[in-house]
Amino acid sequence: MFKKILIANRGEIALRIIRTCREMGIKTVAVYSTADKESLHVRFADEAVCIGPPLSKSSYLNIPNLIAAAEITNADAIHPGYGFLSENAGFSKVCQDYGIKFIGATPEMINAMGDKATAKATMRKAGVPTIPGSDGLLESVKEGIKIANKIKYPVILKATAGGGGRGMRVVNGDDEFEKAWNDAKMESGAAFGNDALYLEKFVEEPKHIEIQIVGDQYGKVCHLSERDCSIQRRHQKLVEETPSPIMTQKLREKMGEAAIKGAKSIRYEGAGTIEFLVDKNGDFYFMEMNTRIQVEHPITEEVTNFDLIKEQIKVAAGIPISGKNYFPEFHAMECRINAEDPANGFRPSPGKITNLNLPGGHGVRVDTHIYAGYTIPSNYDSMIAKLIVTARTREEVIVRMKRALQEFVIEGVKTTIPFHIKLMDDPQFQAGKFTTKFLETFDFSNL
Amino acid sequence: MKPSEIKDLIDFIDKSNLDEVNIETENFKISARKNATKVVEQVVTHLAAPVIVAQPSAVVAQREIETTPRIETPAAAPVQIGKKLLEIKSPMIGTLYRCPSPDKPNFVNVGDEVKVGQTVCIVEAMKLFNEIESDIAGRIVEIKCENASPVEFDQILFIVEPA
Repeated sequence: MFKKILIANRGEIALRIIRTCREMGIKTVAVYSTADKESLHVRFADEAVCIGPPLSKSSYLNIPNLIAAAEITNADAIHPGYGFLSENAGFSKVCQDYGIKFIGATPEMINAMGDKATAKATMRKAGVPTIPGSDGLLESVKEGIKIANKIKYPVILKATAGGGGRGMRVVNGDDEFEKAWNDAKMESGAAFGNDALYLEKFVEEPKHIEIQIVGDQYGKVCHLSERDCSIQRRHQKLVEETPSPIMTQKLREKMGEAAIKGAKSIRYEGAGTIEFLVDKNGDFYFMEMNTRIQVEHPITEEVTNFDLIKEQIKVAAGIPISGKNYFPEFHAMECRINAEDPANGFRPSPGKITNLNLPGGHGVRVDTHIYAGYTIPSNYDSMIAKLIVTARTREEVIVRMKRALQEFVIEGVKTTIPFHIKLMDDPQFQAGKFTTKFLETFDFSNL
Repeated sequence: MKPSEIKDLIDFIDKSNLDEVNIETENFKISARKNATKVVEQVVTHLAAPVIVAQPSAVVAQREIETTPRIETPAAAPVQIGKKLLEIKSPMIGTLYRCPSPDKPNFVNVGDEVKVGQTVCIVEAMKLFNEIESDIAGRIVEIKCENASPVEFDQILFIVEPA
C-alpha cells in the first residue's frame, strides 16, 4: 500500500481524497497555488507545498511543478482528482517514467477514451450500443449528407476533440448541412485546435444516464449502477440522482453489462464512468467514457455504502476487486452549489464568505472546502459545495433536500441555492419526468 | 559544534572518496552528500519582481535531512540604514543548491554584492538544473535557504539590501 499520496488538485475533491487517505493510514501531501494558501485542503493534509502562482497553467496544470513536489516530499503516488490533469495522458506517462503511481488510468486507456471518435469505434467493436453515425471522422460534406440520409435526420455534427457543448451543430436537413459543417469546424478549430468532425444521429430529448464502473489490474470489472445526470444547464450538470426515475431492473442489467463489456475491452484499471444517452423508448447509446473519479460520485457512495476513493487507491496498489456488482439500496440526490447568481444568468460571484451554516441531520452530507471567513478565489471553477441527501424513497429525498437547502446559509456571495429550492418544488421534476432539455424551459425569475 | 568545525568536517568529506556521511549525536544531526551527477543544464530563469519584506515563508515540505548550524558566518540582523530590504523568492519548486557543484564555492554568501541577472543559486526539478538570477542589485544581508534542501514556489531565499 502507498505510504504517501500527493493530491494534484484543490478544493472539495482534494479534501475528499485526504479524508480517505487519513482513514487508510496514508500520509498526504497537498499542493497549492498562492491563491489557495488559506484553503482547507492545505490545512488538513500532513504536508503542503506551494507550487506556483494563481494561474492554473502555472500551478495545478504544471506537470514539472507537480513532479518536483512529489520528488521533494517523497510521495509514492499521485491522485489527480477530477478536472485539471486527471485525464491527461502526458501526465499519466510522466508519473510512470518517474516511478510515481498515477491513481487513474494508464496513458493508453486515456488516449483510447479521450478521443471521442476513437472511443465510439472501440466501444462499438466491443459490442456496446453506440449512436448510429459516421464510422470515425467525416471527410466531406458530401459524405456527411449521404450518412445523414441513411440514419435519418435530425443529425448532429460533433468535434472529436470537443467538450462542454462546443463545436457541435444540429442539422435538420440537406440544405442546412454545409453551413453547419463550416460553423462547427470553425468553432472547434478555435476552441480545441482540432477541427475534425464526426456525425451522429441526434437523439432528441435524451436522458443522460451514466454507469459507475471499477476495474482492477487483473482484468476484472464490476459496476455500481447508474446515476441520472439529466438536469444540466449548457451541458454542465447541476443535479444528479440515483437510482434514475426511469430505471428498471432489466434496463440496469443491460446497461451494466454493456458498461462492463466496454471497460473490459480496454482492460480498464481504476474507477471510471460510462455515459449513455437513453431515449424515450428506453434504448441506450454509448456517449463517452470518463477515465477518472466524477464530481457526483458521492451519490453512488451513499446508496451502496461504498468508498469509491478508497477503491481507487486499492486498485492502484494492485489489490483485486471482488467482481461483485452493487445496486442502490436507497435514493440519493446531489445539488451542486456554485458561487453564481442564478437570478442574473448564473454570473460568477467570488468573494469572502462572511457567514456559513452547513445543513445537517439524518441523511445529509456536505462535501465542501469552504468555511466562514474564506475568500473564494476568482481563478478557479465556481463550485463551492456539494449537498448530498439520502432517504428511502425519491419523494422523501426531495423533501429532505429542500429542508437541507433551506438550512444552508452562505452569506457574502451569491449562490445557486435559491435555484435548487425552486427546482425541488417543480412538479415536473417531482414527477421524475425530465430530459436534458428540461432546464432550457425552466423559469429562472423570482429567485 | 562550532560553525568552523562543521566547515572543516565538510571540507574533509569533500576531499575524501566518501559520497555521503551522516553523523548523529544527542545534540545534533548532520548529513553531507556529494552530488553523483555533475551535469548542469543551464536553464535561465528570471525571478518575479521583488517584494518589500512582507509575509513569512509558506509551509515547507518536511525534509529528510536536517542540517544544523549553517556553515557560513551567522547572519547578522539585516541592516536597515533607512532603506527597505528586499527579498529574492524562489520562482519554482524543487531542490535548491547554493553552488554549481559540491567542489565549487557558493554562488553568493552574506556580504556579497549582487548584480541584476547574476546567478544566486540553482533549483533543480525533474533532473533539470535551473539557474536562479537576481532581479535586484545590492548586497546579500541574510541567507534563508540551505544547500540541497527542498524549496517551494515563492519561498524567501535571500534578503538583499538594495544598492
